[in-house]
Amino acid sequence: MRQVYLDHAAATPVRREVLEAMLPYFRERWGNPSAVYDLGAEIKDVLDAQREQVAQLIGAQGDEVVFTSSGAEANNLAIKGAALANLKKGRHLVVSGIEHHSVLNSARFLEKFHDFEVTFLPVDKYGLVDPERLRKVLSPATVLVSIQHASNEIGTIQNIVDLAAICHDQGVLFHTDAVATAGQTPIDVQGMGVDLLTISGPALGGPKGVGAMYFRRRLRLVPQIHGGIQENGRRGGTENVPGIVGLGRAAALAREELEEKARHLAALRDPLVAGIKERVPGVIHTGHPVNRLPGHASFCVEGIEGEALLFMLSPAGIYANTGSACASKALKTSPVLCALGIRPDLAQGSIVFTFSRDNTVEDGQYVLEHLPKAVERLRSFSPVWRKKMAAAAGGGR
Amino acid sequence: MQFVKDVKADATADLVHRVCPMHLLEPVDLIKDLRQGQVLEILTDYDGALDDIPAWCVKNGQEFLGIEEDEDEEVFKLYIRKLH
Repeated sequence: MRQVYLDHAAATPVRREVLEAMLPYFRERWGNPSAVYDLGAEIKDVLDAQREQVAQLIGAQGDEVVFTSSGAEANNLAIKGAALANLKKGRHLVVSGIEHHSVLNSARFLEKFHDFEVTFLPVDKYGLVDPERLRKVLSPATVLVSIQHASNEIGTIQNIVDLAAICHDQGVLFHTDAVATAGQTPIDVQGMGVDLLTISGPALGGPKGVGAMYFRRRLRLVPQIHGGIQENGRRGGTENVPGIVGLGRAAALAREELEEKARHLAALRDPLVAGIKERVPGVIHTGHPVNRLPGHASFCVEGIEGEALLFMLSPAGIYANTGSACASKALKTSPVLCALGIRPDLAQGSIVFTFSRDNTVEDGQYVLEHLPKAVERLRSFSPVWRKKMAAAAGGGR
Repeated sequence: MQFVKDVKADATADLVHRVCPMHLLEPVDLIKDLRQGQVLEILTDYDGALDDIPAWCVKNGQEFLGIEEDEDEEVFKLYIRKLH
């Protein structure tokens, strides 16, 4: 049976080139980078070379990159580390209401255990943060603002340049979670004006278990993993050398392929979006229509539940998502979609397709063959949809 | 302990919140890039540095100029002049 995997934002296979780069660091080059003898020292050089690769992807310098175990850990370090290092300034944080849980819960941790006040900024119907609204909530006590570069759930890309500039005008640090955008859209920490930025290994085609955080040089951070002098004293724990090598290789490939990949992904996404809008009645395209991730198509389908739709598509070998990877399992209604002002019943019909460079136009066509039939079948036993149809028919008489 | 004020530094190692022994490792790297007579400033919140840095200077033949305590910042500023 044909398999069409369109959930690459949740997990994507490690690239062959990445795996090949990693393999020697399990058995042949297994030294501890903190060791003083050659076997370790040469591994430290390898780590620094990967730091350079990651830095080049985002327009930074190698010594401005800390390796972590995940994007979530990088978000924790950026938010808690920068906030706790600046207690003298104040205890006010600002995050958007549609951030990843690792951002939202880091902010809530600071609220609960360190007496921070947290402002959760609303977004408009496309998921954009209004820069003027951000300006109004800043105060002399504001230490840090964290607003994602793009959403994995609705694909919207924020105007980070304007948001960061407002923060800098008032001496406030700015962090962005770029897990969704790294390797998908250009990132230049200097041009964007960000002080801290998060990326994730698996989102780049690297392995799970590795991430990285950019921090502007000389910015102070309180470590969140207490240990030795790994990562220049900013993050304890022996480095995941194979994982970091994988991340470095993935970052180098992402930089080389960025433009071509973005074109390819958009060429897959656009016919799918157009086809779904044309063939499935009662569907809305969520997120921003233009400023969005190139390989991301997200919808709310009226009268059905997204999870049921996934089950219907799965026997046809089509794999998608209903929202962010972790939220979809636990929550009936996505807080991100609610933040956009989408009705809860409509938000339950959420479906998200995320492409990779390995997908083809035929994959999108295959979805368009099966999705309308699956929606129609689910609606045939949906009381909500039947009621709506009956009302529409009654209104027509 | 000798105290100093308003020392002009040619380079700074900011080691605030960074664990021991970063206060010894990073200054060693930075001082290599300085010319003879230039001054390195070390910022740290680790009180062990108050003993370690002067001892390192004695051992390595560099001049420990002194310490400036920034009470507002709760940060120690230590100064080393490169002699060789």
